[in-house]
Amino acid sequence: MPEKDIQFKVFRYKQGQDAPVYDTFTVPCDEDTTVLVALQAIRRDDDPSLTLRHSCHHASCGTCGLRINGQEELGCVVRVLELGTDTVVVEPMSNLPVISDLVVSMVPFYGVLNEVERPYIRQSEFMQQADTPKGIEMYTRYENCLECGLCVSACPIMGSDEAYQGPAALAAAWRVFEEPRGNDPEAALDWTDHAHGCWRCHVAYECTEACPSDVQPAEKIMSLRRELTKRKLGRLFSFGR
Amino acid sequence: MEKAKRLDDKARPKRPLQAWFDVRQDRLGTWAFALNRLTGIGLTVYLFLHLGVLSLLAQGPEAWDDFLELAHHPLYLMLDVILIFGILFHGLNGIRVALVGMGIGVRSQRTLFWVLMGIGLVLLVVSAWLVFTI
Repeated sequence: MPEKDIQFKVFRYKQGQDAPVYDTFTVPCDEDTTVLVALQAIRRDDDPSLTLRHSCHHASCGTCGLRINGQEELGCVVRVLELGTDTVVVEPMSNLPVISDLVVSMVPFYGVLNEVERPYIRQSEFMQQADTPKGIEMYTRYENCLECGLCVSACPIMGSDEAYQGPAALAAAWRVFEEPRGNDPEAALDWTDHAHGCWRCHVAYECTEACPSDVQPAEKIMSLRRELTKRKLGRLFSFGR
Repeated sequence: MEKAKRLDDKARPKRPLQAWFDVRQDRLGTWAFALNRLTGIGLTVYLFLHLGVLSLLAQGPEAWDDFLELAHHPLYLMLDVILIFGILFHGLNGIRVALVGMGIGVRSQRTLFWVLMGIGLVLLVVSAWLVFTI
């Protein structure tokens, strides 16, 4: 497929600036050009001050989360020409504060995860006996979540309730409940059982739609509700655990 | 553990209403969410309007008769149909939210939404026909 010139309308903001602006750049794209590659080309050829986050280029690290034409995506796996638009609007993720251009602060995101005091990356029970190469103490098993923040960006409740725990943290709490590994599953439920926890979700399912790693946060939030409902009914009728 | 602090976003001040209506093209979720909020607000406003209209009864038969005359105007009947749409959407989407929240139809919530909306559409058409013919 021949190259095609695509206009990129990119969100720009530097600290101290009154308001964000959009700069437009033209980038020749072929069928393999991803949004991340195009943004790197802009930074290399047009404006070295453009700030963006990225690392692995293959949807593993979760650092290049963006809003592309209004939808939450990992920039590294979205092919520009497949978007089918002559102009591609690139913005930072929503519901997280902008640091510079396309980079948002992940402090609120990780802060909620830390609040649970349940590490998201946990020691594997299955791999402890496995041989490890010299220099590596032990393997760890990674949960599906990339911690990219796309679910938080897509959630309509995150934009209106600052105290909402959010889909990623609630999904993490459900993982603790279904696979406690020494943690207290009831404490995980307790942590989500309030007005800004799992009950705050309004079932828009945007988090599940946005998740690039099939974590299905909305389903996990509904599972939390189901367990909490069972627990409350059990306590009410005194046949609970 | 210290509670996570939300940071101010100087580039994008919070606009909760905007967040409600930040619909994502062909995605269903926020459309349903936004319509649910709109119809919820609409129904709340209607409740107070309804009470206001009922208070005409206290002003005697003439006031009520004047209102009835207005209530038969086609534009007013159209408002009735919009009201029925609001009730049906809010109620049926609420059923979806309640069922999914209880763990029923979690994986098929999209289908559940469309089935309920199909039922709602049939009820809306029948209701509109009744509103304009009775």
